[in-house]
Amino acid sequence: MTIAQDSPARSETSAAACSVTFSVNGRTSSLVLDPRVTLLDVLREHLHLTGTKKGCDQGQCGACTVMVNGRRINSCLTLALMHEGDEITTIEGLGSPEALHPLQKAFLDHDGFQCGYCTPGQIISAVAVLEEIGAGVPSHVTADLNGAPPATDEEIRERMSGNLCRCSAYPNIIAAIRDMVEDHV
Amino acid sequence: MRAFTYERAGSPAAAAAAVATQPGAKFIAGGTNLLDLMKLEIEVPTHLVDVNRLGLDLIETTPDGGLKIGALVRNTDLAADMRVRSDYPLLARAVLSGASGQLRNKATTGGNLLQRTRCPYFYNTDMPCNKRKPGSGCAAMGGLSHNLAIVGASDACIATHPSDMAVALRALDATVETVAADGSERHTPLADFYRSPGETPHIETVLRAAEMITSVTLPQPLGGVQIYRKVRERASFAFATVSVAMVAGSVDGDIRVDRLAFGGLAHKPWRVEAAEGAARSAEAIADIVLAGAKPTADNAYKLPLVRRTLAAVIAQAKSESAR
Amino acid sequence: MIGEGINRTDGPLKVTGGATYTADRQDAGAPLYGVIRGAGIGKGRITFIDTRAAEVAPGVQVVWTYRNAPAQAPARDYADLNDAHPQLVGDRVDHYGAPVAFVVANSFEEARAAAGLVEIGYDVASGAYELDQGVQPGAWHNVSAFGDVDKAMAEGPVTVEADYSTPYHFAQPMEPNACLASWHDGHLTVYLAAQMISQLIEGLAATLKLDQKHITVDSAFVGGGFGSKIALHAEAVLASLATMALHRPVKVLLTRRQIFTIVGHRAASHSRIRLAATPDGRLTAIGHDATVQTFRGGDWTEGVATVSRALYAAPNRLTRHARSELDLGTAEPVRGPGELPGLMVFESAIDELAEKLDMDPVELRLRNDTAVDPERKIPLSGRRLADCLREGAKRFGWDNRPAVPGSRRDGRWLIGYGVASSIRGHFQSAAEVSVRLLPEGRVVVTSDMTDLGTGTYTIVAQVAAAALGVPVSQVTVELASTDHPSSMGSGGSWGAANTSVATDRACQSLRDQIAAVAGTGYNDLFAELRRHFPRGLEATGKTLESRDDPNYRRYSQFTYGASFAEVGVDADTGEVRLRRMLGVFSAGRILNAKTARSQLIGGMTWGVSAALHEGSYPDPRHGNWPKGDLAEYLLPVHADIPDIEAIMLDDFDEHANHLGVKGIGELGAGGTGGSVANAVYNATGVRVRDFPITIANLLPGLAARG
Repeated sequence: MTIAQDSPARSETSAAACSVTFSVNGRTSSLVLDPRVTLLDVLREHLHLTGTKKGCDQGQCGACTVMVNGRRINSCLTLALMHEGDEITTIEGLGSPEALHPLQKAFLDHDGFQCGYCTPGQIISAVAVLEEIGAGVPSHVTADLNGAPPATDEEIRERMSGNLCRCSAYPNIIAAIRDMVEDHV
Repeated sequence: MRAFTYERAGSPAAAAAAVATQPGAKFIAGGTNLLDLMKLEIEVPTHLVDVNRLGLDLIETTPDGGLKIGALVRNTDLAADMRVRSDYPLLARAVLSGASGQLRNKATTGGNLLQRTRCPYFYNTDMPCNKRKPGSGCAAMGGLSHNLAIVGASDACIATHPSDMAVALRALDATVETVAADGSERHTPLADFYRSPGETPHIETVLRAAEMITSVTLPQPLGGVQIYRKVRERASFAFATVSVAMVAGSVDGDIRVDRLAFGGLAHKPWRVEAAEGAARSAEAIADIVLAGAKPTADNAYKLPLVRRTLAAVIAQAKSESAR
Repeated sequence: MIGEGINRTDGPLKVTGGATYTADRQDAGAPLYGVIRGAGIGKGRITFIDTRAAEVAPGVQVVWTYRNAPAQAPARDYADLNDAHPQLVGDRVDHYGAPVAFVVANSFEEARAAAGLVEIGYDVASGAYELDQGVQPGAWHNVSAFGDVDKAMAEGPVTVEADYSTPYHFAQPMEPNACLASWHDGHLTVYLAAQMISQLIEGLAATLKLDQKHITVDSAFVGGGFGSKIALHAEAVLASLATMALHRPVKVLLTRRQIFTIVGHRAASHSRIRLAATPDGRLTAIGHDATVQTFRGGDWTEGVATVSRALYAAPNRLTRHARSELDLGTAEPVRGPGELPGLMVFESAIDELAEKLDMDPVELRLRNDTAVDPERKIPLSGRRLADCLREGAKRFGWDNRPAVPGSRRDGRWLIGYGVASSIRGHFQSAAEVSVRLLPEGRVVVTSDMTDLGTGTYTIVAQVAAAALGVPVSQVTVELASTDHPSSMGSGGSWGAANTSVATDRACQSLRDQIAAVAGTGYNDLFAELRRHFPRGLEATGKTLESRDDPNYRRYSQFTYGASFAEVGVDADTGEVRLRRMLGVFSAGRILNAKTARSQLIGGMTWGVSAALHEGSYPDPRHGNWPKGDLAEYLLPVHADIPDIEAIMLDDFDEHANHLGVKGIGELGAGGTGGSVANAVYNATGVRVRDFPITIANLLPGLAARG
């Protein structure tokens, strides 16, 4: 049997570059981009903000989580061009080794990571999770849809489930976030 | 991902017109499914019309007491809306059981309805797939099919629809509003929105070329006990093995299943109206729902799973209505 | 200082996004991007290739197939890590997804699109993809036999004979396999996601036919490995060839889907386990026949049946492996090689025996404890399995285990407890570490050892600081460059012991040298250094291969553990959820209580995952992997993992080395899966012998019980 692979005959034309302006961690960037460039790849390959990681490039691991206008999203599943005027926050915008964000400090103290690759995504996600709970956004495990969700471990685990950790620092990550609960929720 | 050109649309009709005039054009909203498929070249649009800034992100009360949900309302906002939470808890629960927090923040109401199947053979571009490449065959039949359809499938396709939200909307009798390139609008009950796979599983909905979803409307709240039960292999962030959306009322201390739809079973949210209304046992309901089921060896376990899950949900409804 | 649970020294970089993994490195300047195209068939020949569209696509620098790829050294069958691993060398496709084309372009987007433009046709051959298809009857490998198991089984009186299966596992660290290669002035610098770079550089040099001295491999930060970054894979070879051809840095990341095909996997296994015991629970026979997949021409045999060899006493013993050579990708070590699937099934069988004996499963294990290696007949060093079992039972509240399977309920959940033993061989390998004292008051430790998240940077700093009497903050640890002294890297749970022992020896040598001129009573190390060695001082420390170390001939060396799990099983749907878990481990002296606990918890989670979540099989017709991404191949998420307790016994194994240190990387995984499986049985009365315990696998039994 001879089969051809599933790739129709075709040729490629140059992608017309488009311009976009957004701010990352408070700094405005104006870029001219191939429309195919994802937000993740523009951060990493164009702006060299490599703290945001490419884990699966298909929205299944959460390593690329960033905040856009205060909401966490998978930066791998959105085009850079779709973010005209947006305010983007990456792990580099939270704190530095000399001035850690309280959650970064909590991750450090609770050993909420091993290899560290999923960690920026976990931390960004955790910051957003605390804000979501504080804002009363319900989750799958919220017992009373009409009440304010409690900041329990169960709630945090459910909400953090879009961030995979193969080293499985999960219990330590939850411990780190738990530390922050009183301050933020 | 093939090269494409990009524009931001100025209005819904203009967006539809832009897609209509450019061969190979597609709308992009949340992008959480489309971009994944474009990376794998399962979708190969030559032009993307970004509809994210069209508004369409409001949830409004309709004159007849229902709810009109803009097509660009993000999943998170839909589930967090107090009216949805109190009057349509089934919908809030279904949305919250799907995907992850990050994805729900981006994914839209319209896009959720249009997400493509997660059949592994659809995703594997080296394999035959009638949905991806019409006429190429179905590798899932005779392949690994643990999570594929047991009812409503065809000889051409045994894929399932992955949405949780759509299952709830189907149970709630939602209507889909669309706009065409010429500005004309139409309203399609969700019951008629999805097509059965038949010989053309690549055509999944009744949407016409360049027709854009603008909103989804819910009729008046149903009340009753509303339960969305999602069975899955891990506790979160997994597609349903089987899901059950139920609205139940209490009649003389017994439970009457008023609305019932299933996810994970079929090419579309699976609702068999004949199973609803009368007071029946879980077994009798399941017999109706599963009539004509054709499982594979891999997914035959879904038959007892549907029955047991349904019985459990009915028991839960009973205990909740007694409260 | 040694043992103290200090925070990771590289932690501040990791929590701020400043740790630069391979694909993050900017050192080489702006790179070109390479994308690999994998074969679309499981077995056959390429009959047609058209690269014209790809070659003229925007930004494309080069399109390689077997027809025009640069010359490389030939491959040999059963190649070792340090042998050549050439890419794109012929028209033969030997497994699904094997690289068949490689595109380098100016941007990632251009390279990815052009890779899709390569047209490839195949002549498809029928392949062997199912585990029973590639076995040569009667050909046993890795056999260990004592006494007569058949006879003991016939004599009984209490026996268990059961078949188990485990699926293919994929390591899937969060960092994809990646390489950034840069050829500059005749020197090849390879930033690579890798575990054992001293082996890899040899394989790479052999492949490229380049003298090793013209290559540097640098893996300063590695985003998890779990075995998948031991072997030399296509991304390293192709990125290296491309930078040498194009004289620009070239970056190649495997896609997540490609990690399922280009990187190897843990072999699936089928086990027949036979146990015979006296009525009072003394094992008289242990039999374990395991069939495991191997790659045609591959050398790795998953040691599924080896796990019982030093676990319990029994006079009659037969453990052996059949290799099934299939047309799948390479079987490679994945975390807990042998023992993760092996202990999961073997400890399930022990649970079945306890049930038959009507004996507490902890008691059964205690009754078959042994101080002597039952097969090597030499003392087991640091044998504390019984301590782990007893301590764990006490802390877990094992007394409260439901006595009758399927008897306890919490709402819709059926509740069960399970226990399993863990054991993992301890190995020592040759390693060298250099320690320099700088007059300005710093200690610099260098080694090619990697830190996969294992904590190497931190524990090495602690060991050096303790040995030299300086604070950890004064120690700089530089790892994972082949310019540093060589070790066996990270793999096999030997990295921490090798590196810490060699570091300590180097430090002792420095102290001796200073004491030789300053006397032993000095107060300030660096003052004496500046006085006597104004330009600083350097020393190296070494470890020996196990076979060269008399302690490893006199003592049989293992680490031990016991894990206890409580699960809930949804009585209607068969969904299994872990409720709590506790592990007690004996692994010699612990170097950092915090990082060690984390690593053990991580390993335990692997056990949970193997029992409940992960696993894959190829399509039996096409040889591809239908579960090709992380939405199909399920790993546990936060919601699946409750608090897990990992207890480390206060321990010191003087026969392992002078620091008393062993390894923990694989141990946590060990028998954990078995404890979960046994808990599922205790909860439901249903024994699932095919892993993982999915709804599909559990529900029929559950439904049969009503």
